[in-house]
Amino acid sequence: MSVSHEVSPLIRPRSKILTRFGREVNWGDFVFRRATALLATLMLVALAAMAAAMVYGSAESLSKFGLGFVTSQVWDPVRDVYGALPFIYGTLASSLLALCFAVPISIGVAIFLSELAPAWLRGPVGFLVELLAAVPSVVYGLWGIFVLAPWLRTSVEPFLARTLGFLPFFQGQQRGFGLLAGGIILAIMITPTISSVSREVLRAVPSALREGALGLGATSWEAVRVAVLPYARSGLVGATILGLGRALGETMAITMVIGNRSEISASLFAPSYTMASVIANEFSEATGSLYLSALAEVGLLLFVVTVLLNILARLLVWRVGRLPEGGRL
Amino acid sequence: MTIGSPSRLARPTSRKGSTSDDSRSRWDEVSVSTLVPKMRTEELRAYFGQAEVLKGISLPIAEKQVTAVIGPSGCGKSTFVRCLNRMHEVVPGARAVGRVLLDKQDIYQGDVDAVRVRRRVGMVFQKPNPFPTMSIRDNVLAGLRLNGERPDDPDAVVEKMLQRVALWDEVKDILGRAGTGLSGGQQQRLCIARSLALEPEVLLMDEPCSALDPIATARVEELIHDLRKTYTIVIVTHNMQQAARVANFTAFFYLGKLIEHDRTDVIFTRPKEQRTEDYITGRFG
Amino acid sequence: MFSRYARRKYTDVVVRAACVAAAVLALVPLVSVLYYVTSRGIGGISLAFFSELPKPVGESGGGMANAIVGSCKLVFLACLFGVPPGVLAGVYLAEFGHSRFGKWVRFSADVMSGLPSITVGIFVYSLVVLQTKHFSAFAGGVALGVLMLPTVTRTTEELLRLVPESLREAALGLGIPKWRATLRVMLRTAAPGIATGVMLAVARVAGESAPLLFTAFSNPFWSSGVNEPTASLPVNIYNYAVSPYEEWHRQAWAAALVLLVLVLLLNVSARLLVRSRVGTR
Repeated sequence: MSVSHEVSPLIRPRSKILTRFGREVNWGDFVFRRATALLATLMLVALAAMAAAMVYGSAESLSKFGLGFVTSQVWDPVRDVYGALPFIYGTLASSLLALCFAVPISIGVAIFLSELAPAWLRGPVGFLVELLAAVPSVVYGLWGIFVLAPWLRTSVEPFLARTLGFLPFFQGQQRGFGLLAGGIILAIMITPTISSVSREVLRAVPSALREGALGLGATSWEAVRVAVLPYARSGLVGATILGLGRALGETMAITMVIGNRSEISASLFAPSYTMASVIANEFSEATGSLYLSALAEVGLLLFVVTVLLNILARLLVWRVGRLPEGGRL
Repeated sequence: MTIGSPSRLARPTSRKGSTSDDSRSRWDEVSVSTLVPKMRTEELRAYFGQAEVLKGISLPIAEKQVTAVIGPSGCGKSTFVRCLNRMHEVVPGARAVGRVLLDKQDIYQGDVDAVRVRRRVGMVFQKPNPFPTMSIRDNVLAGLRLNGERPDDPDAVVEKMLQRVALWDEVKDILGRAGTGLSGGQQQRLCIARSLALEPEVLLMDEPCSALDPIATARVEELIHDLRKTYTIVIVTHNMQQAARVANFTAFFYLGKLIEHDRTDVIFTRPKEQRTEDYITGRFG
Repeated sequence: MFSRYARRKYTDVVVRAACVAAAVLALVPLVSVLYYVTSRGIGGISLAFFSELPKPVGESGGGMANAIVGSCKLVFLACLFGVPPGVLAGVYLAEFGHSRFGKWVRFSADVMSGLPSITVGIFVYSLVVLQTKHFSAFAGGVALGVLMLPTVTRTTEELLRLVPESLREAALGLGIPKWRATLRVMLRTAAPGIATGVMLAVARVAGESAPLLFTAFSNPFWSSGVNEPTASLPVNIYNYAVSPYEEWHRQAWAAALVLLVLVLLLNVSARLLVRSRVGTR
């Protein structure tokens, strides 16, 4: 049975354009590579454009207030004078408080899931912890307003005031809404982030290390403490920083429970205001270009800090995968 | 199925006398006296990065015959065969230098489109790889469809191809099932049918039976024997008995060089090179 | 007096218990949120909720039909802006992305996926709203699309890399041009996984309200087309929750229930799809 189709010439004449601009022999490959490259560039362009837009938008405020923007406490739209210190304080305080709650719990969950839990429990519990991340921010905020804040106001804050009221952190009027509520809700929201990254980090630790310790007669916890954790330490720190980045950028839930008052106070019961919240609340109603520019500068600060933290976190997490066998014991 | 008498092997017009008398057939007599080879390589060199894996191979491939390529692991036989349809360069960093002639035309010449070469020189791989997202029917038609061709009667094409690989009776009622749902041997025959649907002139087979059980292997070898009437076949195999069963001509490669190329019976009974004999007799492998 | 060994054993038990306690503690808020949203939200679910527009302040009744439609519109636009470019960028990274350029693209995608969503809102505000001089569903869609873009890109890249090279070889061996082999064979094989990734991205984006605050804004009435500001479920939840009206609180819970059900359904289906695919391979 002979060949039934016409034998096509092996040479396809190559158009001048193809020869000049690339190594591809047919149009399909040529267009494909360039079209997909164009869309990949979109990612770079979007990021750069975002940075540029924020800098451009804050130009007016940057030039007017300079460094004083981050040190001044005065935020007065009426007199057109803006200083972001209260928001910086609120953001940092709520996020650090959230870390205090979230880090031990998340690492505990990560150790539980990767070392201690029986196999049948890992899937469901891991899935449920990840569901924490699936709940939308506004839903947490709603829950925060009507469930968490009242509970804090009626049960937790009085208790703390009674027992630890000599500390400045637990003084002042107890409203439920405030830094404590903000810290707790942020902690809930960043727990899945920290715990899932920590799980990955713990999983990347070569099992030979853990088994070596167990083989020497260590208990489970000792094996973890002595062989696994030191190796994974930078990765766990990276996970924490990722959580911190997430907490800094969180908007809706915290806006709904933190009270939105720009005052700086040591008390956890006091209301506060975060950078993301002030933008959320005031951006769409800002009148005057300086007002908008000041808000944009707050956004720029948030942007820069989050990007830096993100890079730092990834470097740390990436390093765990790269450490040579045999971390310090 | 066995090589049998030399006269069965030889092309009708070509042999100078019976080789059973001829104790040392020179390989260039073989190449000269067969028909113009379907493909030939001239000083073919292949590289992976800086490493030279094929060192100047000049080998004719006889038309409508089965040529086996044998040799120990790492000798370059797979690389050689992949150069015949320009699949070698698909790997990043790989390149080939030299001439490979398909019907007197060099497929490595500047403007040649590798895609068109592969339409005429088909390939079957070591591990059967039917497309998992397609049914058996769609797998057979995949080569045509993905090239934008619409056969007038797709069902006829499917039946013809599956008949040719002796798979029709086994799958004619389950054509809609996924290609990956078949046994290993059936999958490999499906892949052969898929390649044949494009009506290639040459079929390259890179260790097609090494992932199959003996029964499936036997069926594929039967198939090769059948296909030989229509297609030029080059088969890479690490199994010498398979080469002896299936091939008309055999080429022995060692460390990237072509050591010997001759009729199969000659290679296995009266090899000219010492290294060939050492390999055949199992002194190294 | 505890022997040394007993003390070590004791510590082990205590730490184990602490880890279990941590896991339980982490899940308490989840249970609480699910419980309250269900119990307080179910009362507000009615036919009216799905079909009527919001009534003016002070009047009881009304619904969130426009917000539901608005959210659908926004998610649709987000997919339109985020999925095709994301998938193709992911294809580029998987096929050609071994260069420095590829590294930078990957880096941008990773950084972008960690950005606060409100900064994306500011960006789209300056890009779209300032140019068109009004809020619009289009702007909201762009903002959500930008949020989806990095996730879809990375998912596509990772899944494409998982497709065995033998399939590409089979396609190339059949004389199929490289680009067709990538699109019609490799991408097609990876498609179910990519779809799952898109589902998860949609679940995240459907619940976002920060970037919508000054792009799509809000709308007490129906919004026609894509050039008008539109109501959406998440923004409505926020506005209603912080308002002083009891009626609006009730509706906020109901909206939260609808949103939560949608998001959980998407998440659970995505996991089940992954599990079933892995099982059959």
